[in-house]
Amino acid sequence: MKIGYFPGCSLHATAREFDESLRAVAAVLDIDLEEVRDWACCGASSAHATSHVLSVALPTRTLALAEKQKLDRVLAPCAACYNRLATARYALNHDKKTAAQVQSIVGDGFNNSVGVVSIAQLLSEATAEIRRQAKVPLSGWKVACYYGCLLVRPPEVCGFDDAEVPSSLESIVSATGATPVKWDMSLECCGGGFSLSRTASVVRLGRLILQSAKNAGAQVIVVACPMCHSNLDFRQKAMLERGGFGDAMPILFLSQLVGLSIGLDPIRLGLHRHFVSTQPLLDRIGAAKPQPEHREQA
Amino acid sequence: MSRVGVFICHCGENIGRTVDCSRVAQALGELPGVVHSVDYKYMCSDPGQALIKQAIQEKGLDGVVVGACSPHMHEKTFRKAAAGAGLNPFLCEMANLREHCSWIHEDREKATRKAVDLGRFIVEKIKFNRPLSTIFIPVERRALVIGGGIAGIQAALDIADGGREVILIEKEPSIGGHMSQLSETFPTLDCSQCILTPRMVEVAQHPHIKLLAYSEVESVDGYIGNFQVKIRRKARYVDETKCNGCGECQKECPNKKIPGEFDQGLGMRTAIYVPFPQAVPNIPVIDRANCALFRGRAKGVKKVVCSKCAEVCGRKAIDFDQQDTFVTENVGAIVVATGYQLYSIGKEQDSDSLRGYGEYGYGAIPDVIDGLQFERLASASGPTGGKILRPSDGKEPKTVVFLQCIGSRDPAKGIEYCSKICCMYVAKHTMLFHHKVHDGKAVVFYMDIRAGGKGYDEFVRRAIEESHALYLRGRVSRMYRNGDTIRVHGIDTLSGEPVVIDADMVVLATAMRAQPGIAALAQKLSVSYDQHGFLNEAHPKLRPVETNTAGVFVAGACQAPRDIPDSVAMASATASKVLGLFSKELLEREPLIACVDRLTCAGCFHCERVCPYGAVERKSLMDGKGRLIKIVAEVNQGVCQGCGTCQATCPSKSVELEGFRDEQIYAAVNAL
Repeated sequence: MKIGYFPGCSLHATAREFDESLRAVAAVLDIDLEEVRDWACCGASSAHATSHVLSVALPTRTLALAEKQKLDRVLAPCAACYNRLATARYALNHDKKTAAQVQSIVGDGFNNSVGVVSIAQLLSEATAEIRRQAKVPLSGWKVACYYGCLLVRPPEVCGFDDAEVPSSLESIVSATGATPVKWDMSLECCGGGFSLSRTASVVRLGRLILQSAKNAGAQVIVVACPMCHSNLDFRQKAMLERGGFGDAMPILFLSQLVGLSIGLDPIRLGLHRHFVSTQPLLDRIGAAKPQPEHREQA
Repeated sequence: MSRVGVFICHCGENIGRTVDCSRVAQALGELPGVVHSVDYKYMCSDPGQALIKQAIQEKGLDGVVVGACSPHMHEKTFRKAAAGAGLNPFLCEMANLREHCSWIHEDREKATRKAVDLGRFIVEKIKFNRPLSTIFIPVERRALVIGGGIAGIQAALDIADGGREVILIEKEPSIGGHMSQLSETFPTLDCSQCILTPRMVEVAQHPHIKLLAYSEVESVDGYIGNFQVKIRRKARYVDETKCNGCGECQKECPNKKIPGEFDQGLGMRTAIYVPFPQAVPNIPVIDRANCALFRGRAKGVKKVVCSKCAEVCGRKAIDFDQQDTFVTENVGAIVVATGYQLYSIGKEQDSDSLRGYGEYGYGAIPDVIDGLQFERLASASGPTGGKILRPSDGKEPKTVVFLQCIGSRDPAKGIEYCSKICCMYVAKHTMLFHHKVHDGKAVVFYMDIRAGGKGYDEFVRRAIEESHALYLRGRVSRMYRNGDTIRVHGIDTLSGEPVVIDADMVVLATAMRAQPGIAALAQKLSVSYDQHGFLNEAHPKLRPVETNTAGVFVAGACQAPRDIPDSVAMASATASKVLGLFSKELLEREPLIACVDRLTCAGCFHCERVCPYGAVERKSLMDGKGRLIKIVAEVNQGVCQGCGTCQATCPSKSVELEGFRDEQIYAAVNAL
């Protein structure tokens, strides 16, 4: 199956392990990722906080390029990219005034025919294949699925999964053989883009999330958003210092967990790139320790 | 050649101010076939009517056109006057010169010309009018009431007290409806059971009421005055004629752990059960899905797995082989009082648009309950004996959060209407909670407080001022378990502050919805319903308990969310309508209905498909030797409402609507 691929800026930088693991997993699951040529920033945070038209025009340009490339659907792994692309598509269909303005920017000939899918949606469609390919038994792994705020919201834009009680990540995790836990904070805010400007808030929010996952018996949190990952992984040290919930909790991208279950090399999955060590997890399945010399600073 | 008389009314100044009435009378008088044309200040007055009568007699008129107000206002008056002078009343028609002309125009010249046009329209039409005679149809003076809740009970009792026979059917094993589940009722806090159960007993003992509990409407045929209703009597597996309601069978039944419907799943019942001790009729029913014997049978087990109830029954009333039976009743009027269901959040929904509120954890967190469940907890006959104890651990909750408008007024969840009763019953709940748990704290999240009604707003004020309920204007975003409590995240929009409350129990005031299956029933009755399944009344203000199908009336919450006083008032209104209908042996109705020309009807039955009232029937035409010539459409005079849809549809122009036949309309239109 061929699908358009819009990595966005994060997957080339802070979340390159998301990109690496996703490409590795896609190859095994027979998903052909074709990158949208000449894609540009999705406009998350900076554009949609300043100019509505720009925030629709930027992703529309990418969608128009994908349409020219004859792609039916585009995968946007980053939850923020996904949200911007899906929101733009929705705005073009429902807001005539904005659509006209954007049309004058991106030019004629765009039919808004390209669907936008999240990583949760793509892998939900592949659960049967994941189950078939799963080689490494992850039974006994207790996984907290963390959706964050954007992955399934707003419902009219995403049109996928339940916006309040989602279950798509759980079904994917179940397909790997691991056990998703029931917990309360799967949709809470991680602090998003305030990691630098209001670090204390991010640490406070993240701590509640980690605590809730821990209380539910989780050993690992699975995320599908580079921002969530960065906040929960990079800021976890500060959260731990405030005490109250014991040991560190590894934070994996969904694609990394799927990659482990289908027996991919932890290095190819970028598991050595995290701040919180993933070694306790790897020890459980007897995988080789990622070599420190591979470590590059992102 | 016609001899038409024209009578133009000034309606005081109402018409005369903008229309030159004498000029209109003069212009119309010059039309061919018009032999008399006058104007007068008040045509509806006695001298005005006398002018008409006199002209009919003196000039031998065969048509009368009155140019005056709307026919809705005075058509009956003038037709009566015409009939008084010996003219067939249907040869008298009105041109509306007031609502359609003088009231809406200012230019006297143009309005006068338009008035002439309107008059000419009717003059040309009336030349083709035929004398018609009133139709009489016999009335079966018995009524059917569907639904045995408070509305159905009230309607049945009122009709029966009026001396007419009533058949009351109820789909559940007992009558009583939702009201029997309630603890106390607003705004007086009188005990629901105490005021309801005497009425239930009255129903059972009334000589004019035939109670068919555990029964449903299978099909409805016929029309006003002459309905034939087929009723399915569902198998109870208990012989009603033998059972004396001793209750021994329930004591013996080994399956005692079935969540009871009456207690909203908070209490347990047996597989053979009476829904509640005050049930009417007090006869048990076997729940096949949970009975060991029937489950065994379903699996193909030959031997009788359990027959403890039959063994203990001294009157040998248990009959495991009972089947559903059917009875047909002939009735003249039907009252629909099927009530409501509560929007059940967090479970499977019948429509995708109703999915939502997963964030409240209903169904996942045992101490998140709905309003009816709280009623059962507060009720003396409930599973806790009237003590407020939370379902999870049986402890007395000290902090209870009530959420209003769950589902209601939320188009995103598919229900945009207000459920009307929730503001009041939440206030009542906070009072009941305060009366029973003195050191308890009730917190209410509301959108608006709608307490319109006698003593209603005072009641809410009492909840706030005397029972110290904390009312916060805002919504709750989510709730989750936090140790022993439920953490409630909400917002107080008046202070603009987010609110976090650790509650021991949460009560959701979920929306009132139409009953499941109401659409199927409405279709059987040819009654229209809105997008939510609530039945439509004939007119929201002036005909609130009638439907667009003559002889079918609506009472209570099947028409819209209603509280008990409203439901009872509606029920009594339907009873007065039914008794009015039954006051005559023959039903009189206007002959302005469709009729079929059998000679040209090709039997395509387009008319049958488009008729919204089911008035078209099939008639076989035989020759003298009893051989079939053809099958043609025939219009049932009792059912036809004269809408004309069939006339517009008929490809061979074989259907005509009396009073609006094609030649009449063509003549009128050609006159313009």
